[in-house]
Amino acid sequence: MSTTLLDPVAPPRQEIRQPRRPPYLPWFLLSAAMVILGVLTGFPLVRLVAMSFQEYERAQLMGQPAQWVGFDNYAAILTDVDGFWTVLARSFVLMVVLVVVTIVFGMLVALLMMRVGKGMRLLVSVGLLLAWAMPSLAATTVWGWLFDTQYGVVNNLLTTITGDRWFGYSWLLDPLSFFVIVGCIVVWGAVPFVAFTLYAGLTQIPEEVIEAAQLDGANAFQRFRLIQLPYVRSIVTVLVVLSMIWDLKLFTQVFVLQDIGGDRELTSTIGVYIYQTGMAQGHYGVASAIGVVFVIVMLAIAYPYVRRTLREEEL
Amino acid sequence: MIKIRKRLADTGFGALAIMVFVLSAFPVYWMVSTSFLPNNRIRGENLAFFPTPDVFTLDNYRAAIFSPRAPFPPAVLNSIGVTFLTLVIAVVVGFVAALALTRFQFKGRRTFIVMILVVQMIPGEAMIISLFRIIDGWQLLNTIIGLTLVYAAGVLPFTIWTLRGFVNGVPKELEEAAMIDGCSRAGAFWRVTFPLLAPGLVATGVFAFIQAWNEFVTALVIMQRPDAMTLPLWLRTFVQATQATNWGAVMAASVLIAIPAVIFFLIVQGRMTGGLVSGAVKG
Repeated sequence: MSTTLLDPVAPPRQEIRQPRRPPYLPWFLLSAAMVILGVLTGFPLVRLVAMSFQEYERAQLMGQPAQWVGFDNYAAILTDVDGFWTVLARSFVLMVVLVVVTIVFGMLVALLMMRVGKGMRLLVSVGLLLAWAMPSLAATTVWGWLFDTQYGVVNNLLTTITGDRWFGYSWLLDPLSFFVIVGCIVVWGAVPFVAFTLYAGLTQIPEEVIEAAQLDGANAFQRFRLIQLPYVRSIVTVLVVLSMIWDLKLFTQVFVLQDIGGDRELTSTIGVYIYQTGMAQGHYGVASAIGVVFVIVMLAIAYPYVRRTLREEEL
Repeated sequence: MIKIRKRLADTGFGALAIMVFVLSAFPVYWMVSTSFLPNNRIRGENLAFFPTPDVFTLDNYRAAIFSPRAPFPPAVLNSIGVTFLTLVIAVVVGFVAALALTRFQFKGRRTFIVMILVVQMIPGEAMIISLFRIIDGWQLLNTIIGLTLVYAAGVLPFTIWTLRGFVNGVPKELEEAAMIDGCSRAGAFWRVTFPLLAPGLVATGVFAFIQAWNEFVTALVIMQRPDAMTLPLWLRTFVQATQATNWGAVMAASVLIAIPAVIFFLIVQGRMTGGLVSGAVKG
C-alpha cells in the first residue's frame, strides 16, 4: 500500500506540487470496507427483504425451494394483534419509560456532580464507571442474582426490614415486576453515559452567566430551567435519540432474564420476538417481515440524528 | 443562618452522592463478593456481606471453569479468536477507509459517509434471520471465521466514523511541512501523521474489542454447538432454568467475563463522551 502512495516523481525541494493521484486510489482504499459491508450488511438486508416475501419454514431450511407469497407474511403480522402488535406496543412503552427514567436520572446525577466537591465527585465517577463498564450480559446475571426468588439479597433485605417473609417471592414471574428489573439493569447501565455527557456539557457553561442569574435572584430551579437546560438542549436531544435506539433494540437483558425465570409469552420485546418466531419456531419468512418493519422503524427514529450529524460535519 | 443552611445542604448533597455511589457500585461489588463465598454463606440467614479470610473460597471459580454443562477452554479460545480477529480487521480496514475519506476529494465521498451513518442505525437484531441463512449457506455456522465476518461488518461503520474524526484532527499542514523538508508523501504520512493517530487507533481497537467480547445475539444464532460457544453463550448456560441455579458459579463466571471488558473499557472511557460534547454546547 505504501508504494501506491509514493509519488512517481519526487517533488523538487522547496516546492510542493499537488501530486497527481490516480482517481481510483480512494476507491482502492475503500474497497475492503465496501466488500465487508456489502457482503455482510448489504446482502443480508436484501436477503431479509426477499425472505419476508417468501414462504420460508423449516422445510425450506432442509432444501425445499421457497415460494414467493407476496405480502402474505406482512398480512400475517399486521393482523396479529395478540402477537406482533402487542410486542410492538410493549417494546415502545418500555422504550419510552426507559428513556425518560434514564435521561431524568442522568440529569440529576450530572447536576449532583456539579454541586458536590471534588472528592465526592470522584467517588460518584468511580461508581458510575463501574456500572458503565459492566457487560450487559454480566449485569443481567448479577441483577438476576440480586432479585433471586429463594436467596436474593433484595428479598433478604426486604424480609429484614419489613418483617414479612419475602423469601420465595418471584420477581420475574409477574410481567410488571419483570420489566421493573429489566428497567433496573438498563437504567443502571445507561445512566453513567448520560450523566458524564451532561456533566461535561454543563461544565462548559460560562460561570458568569450563572452568577449573573444568581445575582438577579434566580433560585436553583430557575437557573436550571432558564439557563442550564437551554445550554445543553442539543446534547439532551442526541442522548434521547441514542437512548431510544438502544432501548428499542433491547435483547440480551430480556432474553437472559427469561432464561432465569420469566414468561417468554408475556415479556418478549421486538428483538426477542424475532428470535422466537424465526430461530425457535422456524417461521423464518414471518420473522423476516418483522425484521423489515423493525429496520424501517429504527431508521425513522435515527433519521433526525443522521441529518443533524451531517449538518454538523458540514458534509 | 445562611451559613448553617448552606452547610446542611452540603451535607445533604454529600449523602446523595454517597447513595449514587452505593447504588452504582453495589451490584459489581456483590458479584465479586458472591463469587468468593461458599454456597452456604451466600443465602438465607447466614448471608455474608464480605468474603472474610475464614470463609473465602475459590470453589465457585472451579465450578465455573470445570462446568459439565459447557466447556470453558474452547469458549475462551473462541472468544479470544473472534475478538482478536475482529479488532485487527476493524482497525486496519477502518483506518484505510478513513484515510480515503479524509485525505482525498472524490466523487461519491459524501454518499459513502451518509451510507456509513445509515448502516450504523440498522439493528443487528432484525438481521439475525437472514444472517443465519447466509452464514449457513457458506458452511460457516459454528466457525470463528463466520462470526468474525459478521462482527467486523457490525463495528466497521463506527470505526470508520471515529477514525475519520481522528485523521481530520491531524492538520494536513503538518504533512506538508514534512514534505517541504524533503519527505516523500508516504514518508510524511508514516513519520508525522501516523504517530499522532496512535491514540485514535487504540481507542477504536478497544471499542471493537469490547463489542466483540460482549456480543450476544449474533453469537446465539451462529455459534450453536457447545464447542463453538463464545464466553457470553457459555455464561448463559449457567442460568438456563433446567435445574437449580448455582449462583456462586454464575457470579464467578460473570467476573471472568467482565474483567477484560472492564479493564479495556477503563482505558478508553475518557474518549467516549468527548466527541458528543465538543461543539455541542452553544456559547
